[in-house]
Amino acid sequence: MTLKEIQDLLEAELLVGGNDDLKVKPSSACGSDLLSDVLAFTKERALLLTGLTNPQVIRTAEMSDLIGIVFVRGKRPDSATLDLAGVKKIPILATRLPMYEACGRLYRGGIKGCSEVK
Amino acid sequence: MENRDPLFEVSREIVGADFQSAGDISGEVKKILLQAGFPPPFIRRIVIAAYEAEMNVVIHAFKGIFTTVIYPDKVHIVIDDEGPGIPDLELAFQEGYSTAPPHVRELGFGAGYGLSNMRKCSDTLKIDSHVGEGTRVTMDFLVKSQRDGAEVEK
Ligand SMILES: Nc1ncnc2c1ncn2[C@@H]1O[C@H](COP(=O)(O)OP(=O)(O)OP(=O)(O)O)[C@@H](O)[C@H]1O
Ligand SMILES: [Mg+2]
Repeated sequence: MTLKEIQDLLEAELLVGGNDDLKVKPSSACGSDLLSDVLAFTKERALLLTGLTNPQVIRTAEMSDLIGIVFVRGKRPDSATLDLAGVKKIPILATRLPMYEACGRLYRGGIKGCSEVK
Repeated sequence: MENRDPLFEVSREIVGADFQSAGDISGEVKKILLQAGFPPPFIRRIVIAAYEAEMNVVIHAFKGIFTTVIYPDKVHIVIDDEGPGIPDLELAFQEGYSTAPPHVRELGFGAGYGLSNMRKCSDTLKIDSHVGEGTRVTMDFLVKSQRDGAEVEK
């Protein structure tokens, strides 16, 4: 599934990134509000769903080679976070869906969890 | 192997409690390693461990020096901080153990996974800590490591 299809499935808004970014396909996805969990358990090219919106989320995505971030339950990051995502070229989506429902839609859509891919 | 000259060496200062620039150094290390042409899985585990260690200084200590030395066959990282030190290392390594204060947990840190993740990502990890003085973390990452699985031959 591409980021574009994910955007449609989650009725999400693209806050950072362009059309080329939306063609990217994540290897897997992870839903977490704990950054050390993300650093310890995600695989490269994963998509992160999170309720955290501070700049360290972007750093975590940068270090872990994630391909994008979805902010759930209507959370809006501040401009420092969005600016950093722009600099690090990490696409950002925002959905009003709560964490469980956002993850559920993607899982039902066929995106694997981080423990299910090598 | 022991006597090979480093290709590159860089030292940077870490400022405690500065959550704006926290991660800058690990990001710079990532850039340098990419330019040096190391395989991506190798770079990824170095940068994750580096970031965990950098954040530990920002969160738990006052300031530190982050030194990266790149050799053809390995990367050597030393993070030397001035801070409270770690009184019980065995306890600190336990997954889930954390003394991070509430404002740090709100940012998403404080799961107590950092040290064990640094151990998982590195080939060797050494910690010297003195209570009331500071902590020195030394990590080595070998290019030809079992830890990169299929990428070993690259
Ligand atoms: N550089 C340091 N100086 C002083 N204490 C430290 C340092 N690094 C780690 N510690 C102590 O060891 C504990 C465990 O560290 P660890 O990195 O595993 O977890 P954490 O930083 O609390 O949370 P996380 O890394 O999951 O965000 C810390 O809570 C802290 O008490
Ligand atoms: Mg830590």
